[in-house]
Amino acid sequence: MFETWIVVVTAVAYLGLLFVIAYYGDRRADRGRSVISNGYVYALSMAVYATSWTFYGSVGRAASTGIGFLPIYLGPTIMAALWWLVLRKIIRISRRNRITSLADFVSSRYGKSNLLGGLVTVVAVVGIVPYIALQLKAISITFSILRGDPELVTAAVTARVPVLQDTALYAALLLAAFTIVFGTRHLDASERHEGMVAAIAFESLVKLMAFLVVGFYVTFVLFDGFGDVFGQAAARADMAHLFTQGDGYGSWLWLVVLSMLAVLLLPRQWQVGVVENVDERHLKKAMWLFPLYLLLINVFVLPIAIAGLLTFGDGANADAFVLTLPLAAQQPGVALVVFVGGLSAATGMVIVETIALSTMVSNSLVVPMLLRRRETLTSRLDLGRLILGVRRVTIVVVLLLGFVYFRLAGDGLALVSIGLISFAAVAQFAPAVLGGLFWKGATRRGAIGGLMAGFVLWAYTLPLPNLAEDGWLPASFVQDGPFGVSLLAPYALFGLDGLDHISHSMTWSMLANVGIFVGLSLTGSRSPAEHVQAAEFVDVFRRPGDRAPGTFWRGTATVGELQSLLERFVGPDRARESLTSYAVRTGIDIADGSEADADLVHHVETLLGGAVGSASARFMVASVVDEDPLAVTEVMDILDETSQVLAYSRALEHKSRELEAATERLQEANARLQELDRLKDDFVSTMSHELRTPLTSIRSFSEILLDNPDLDVEQRQGFMGTIVAEAERLTRLINQVLDLSKLESGSTDWHLEPIDLRHVLGTSAQATAQLFRDKDVALDLDLPERVPTVEADRDRVVQVVVNLLSNAVKFSDPGVGRVSVGLEAGDGVVRVDVSDNGPGIALEDQQVIFEKFRQGGDTRRNRPKGTGLGLSISREIVGHLGGRLWVESTPGEGSTFSFTLPMATVGGDAVGAETEG
Amino acid sequence: MSHKVLIVDDEPNIVTSLTFLMKKSGFETSVARDGDEALAEVERFGPDLVLLDVMMPKRDGFEVCQTLRAAGQTQLKIILLTAKGREMEMAKGLAIGADAYITKPFSTRDLVDLVNRMLTGQ
Repeated sequence: MFETWIVVVTAVAYLGLLFVIAYYGDRRADRGRSVISNGYVYALSMAVYATSWTFYGSVGRAASTGIGFLPIYLGPTIMAALWWLVLRKIIRISRRNRITSLADFVSSRYGKSNLLGGLVTVVAVVGIVPYIALQLKAISITFSILRGDPELVTAAVTARVPVLQDTALYAALLLAAFTIVFGTRHLDASERHEGMVAAIAFESLVKLMAFLVVGFYVTFVLFDGFGDVFGQAAARADMAHLFTQGDGYGSWLWLVVLSMLAVLLLPRQWQVGVVENVDERHLKKAMWLFPLYLLLINVFVLPIAIAGLLTFGDGANADAFVLTLPLAAQQPGVALVVFVGGLSAATGMVIVETIALSTMVSNSLVVPMLLRRRETLTSRLDLGRLILGVRRVTIVVVLLLGFVYFRLAGDGLALVSIGLISFAAVAQFAPAVLGGLFWKGATRRGAIGGLMAGFVLWAYTLPLPNLAEDGWLPASFVQDGPFGVSLLAPYALFGLDGLDHISHSMTWSMLANVGIFVGLSLTGSRSPAEHVQAAEFVDVFRRPGDRAPGTFWRGTATVGELQSLLERFVGPDRARESLTSYAVRTGIDIADGSEADADLVHHVETLLGGAVGSASARFMVASVVDEDPLAVTEVMDILDETSQVLAYSRALEHKSRELEAATERLQEANARLQELDRLKDDFVSTMSHELRTPLTSIRSFSEILLDNPDLDVEQRQGFMGTIVAEAERLTRLINQVLDLSKLESGSTDWHLEPIDLRHVLGTSAQATAQLFRDKDVALDLDLPERVPTVEADRDRVVQVVVNLLSNAVKFSDPGVGRVSVGLEAGDGVVRVDVSDNGPGIALEDQQVIFEKFRQGGDTRRNRPKGTGLGLSISREIVGHLGGRLWVESTPGEGSTFSFTLPMATVGGDAVGAETEG
Repeated sequence: MSHKVLIVDDEPNIVTSLTFLMKKSGFETSVARDGDEALAEVERFGPDLVLLDVMMPKRDGFEVCQTLRAAGQTQLKIILLTAKGREMEMAKGLAIGADAYITKPFSTRDLVDLVNRMLTGQ
């Protein structure tokens, strides 16, 4: 198919592109303009979860078990929902304590234990080796297929080649070199690799795109879409099992649990999820983006698997369908895209995983061992370079171990089966990590015991028989147990039979791990350091932003000693810079010989911790300072005190929040009262004005009449007429104010009865007939034959209609004025319209006119006679009867006042013309 | 030459009674129904004294008073009439340059006396 050099050049060119991206990312980070500080890049970097396993293995798995590939993606999806609870807490703790790896996290949690850190590291390295082997196997197989080895297209087993001709070896070495350049260029206290994260995010995009391309090609070009693929599969009886859940639910459950734990505890997930996290808030985006990514990359798995089975038959290597399908269809271009996608998936995993492992090996295994020897500390060795060296060696060794495992055991197993072995290994960290995160009672002994037991059982029940099956141990070891003791048979330990290998191994290892972890924690006691760290971890969200770590330290040291210690790990420039900035921030004196306080000692320790791990940092600081160890009781006292102070301060905060809330409520109430008071003042003031105005006329004219007995009759009559009219106006005003006040206070008597609005309108028209005649305004009553009755107080409704009619006539022009009254039923209400052709009401006045003592119209020429209370009263009445009163008006074209009243309850007959009295 | 009195009020009955009282006292009168009219009428009619209602549409009495004073009408006598008899408003009226402040309803005799006193200095 392809010349070897084309494939090699493609692969190397792709790695070169990655390197450019990483280089660019690092440069941007150095200049403080991070390219990775956003939720999208964060979510994409988390997608390093999807490796060759996903890219090639899912199809292989789907070809044999159908939907059995799914639980590996369901678990992470469930876990993503819990990230806010779990991962955020881990990130917060790691940030506060400058923890830079999983091993460091566990070690730090249990009193900065060297032993535990080392143990976690060993388990991680051993556990991850099969996983690395999986990636190498994928690269090697795909490479061979692209070169056109015909038997690989159909044979599930690769032919053995001599070690030095094995592509996987060169892939391993190339990846090692690449990772070293990528991840160990310099020693950074935070262990963050911005460039690498940028490259990984890019790789995630590439592998997703590549998989979607091949999926689309297979489904829509080779076949006629999803319906065609699944339709052909449905026609085949031997494929029916692909669409049902056949493995048993226990197996599903274990796979879901395993993958939930893996997406949290795999060293590479920890690296991108915790160590490389820039901002906790990015989690919010990753929580939905990451599951979405998994969904997208799985959409075409089943169609490709089915297409492969239909094309090549059952005997073919299903793990390679993604590649062999386009090749078989003579589409080398698509195949090359697939190869690059698969390469992305594999390299992304290998790079991040080995970087994470190398940090763990150097910080939690090698440095602590070096520090055991006193001369390491006293000699003037450049420890920073030494650590980098250790990391580089680790990367090479881990990849070579992966290669060895691939040579020894990788042949016989499908990709997914190899990956699951690694998942089961990292799951052993779960009790120590999750327990330590939420349970203060978890102890170092419990964590060590549980982890050891779980690890041993895992090794005995998964990788060991795996090696035996490949002929490296006698076959009887698997079948009959060691020395013929069948109770110890690795796939059926203590007679537990009938489970698949993974469920079997998980059942025993987790039972032992959790059991011992909890058992030892409950029975044992804790050291002072464990007390301190337990509180620091479990209560991390309740801690103030700036803690006072010095509380737990007592001793003497000079600044000079600390500085020289720091110099050896981060270099003289950085050491000085860091101490100076610390001094500026806190205002303490850092002259060489001055005494370092507890905070400074702690500061140096966390700084070192970033470079060499917390346990080693603790050890080194202890070597230069003269410490008074604290007794357990003293630590307990301090912790008690701290927690009491915390409790007091929480209680105080609570009280002060309550006070604030109460104050706020009082202020609101006060504002309301002031507003009411202002309204009352306004009302009194307006009332005073409304009463004084007619009184003024009455008094003035009375005095004029009194003082001028010689007035002519006509003038006299006019003045006396005014006095009478104003007295009437005064009476009307007082009546209406009382009426309104009664309506508003609810003390009005209502006589509710079913009434016919046609009668009401008739009565009202009669009552106002004189007004219309006086002003020569026409009144049209346009009433339907029959309307439903309404339940209302007849007199009150008459009052409303009379008010509307007198308003209408008041604003109509004599001679041309025309007022029409309409009546209409519908929608559960009966509606009355009173329209005039007067001047209309300006929009801004249309609400105002319903307020007390407010009148509309151009009052300069013809001040409307009335109290300004009519519409207020009418609105009160209609509102009380369950209706609504409003106005519609266009200035210059008249106004229509309308009100509705609800129809009497169903059963009340419509009143017809014949019932009219 | 008789003095001129401008009567400003939006209440027709009060205008009628004030006009009657002023004419009877021998003054020449004119009427304005709101603040804008009042300002125009001062310009046109040139009164010696204004009986100025406070509560009016558009410009109220306070504003008219202030505008007149600001326009240099310092010799013009202004008597504010108000139906809101509050101390504060009285103080406000005097502060912005009114010469007197009378609360409605008022004694017609007192009003006529006051106007006479102001115009003739008796």
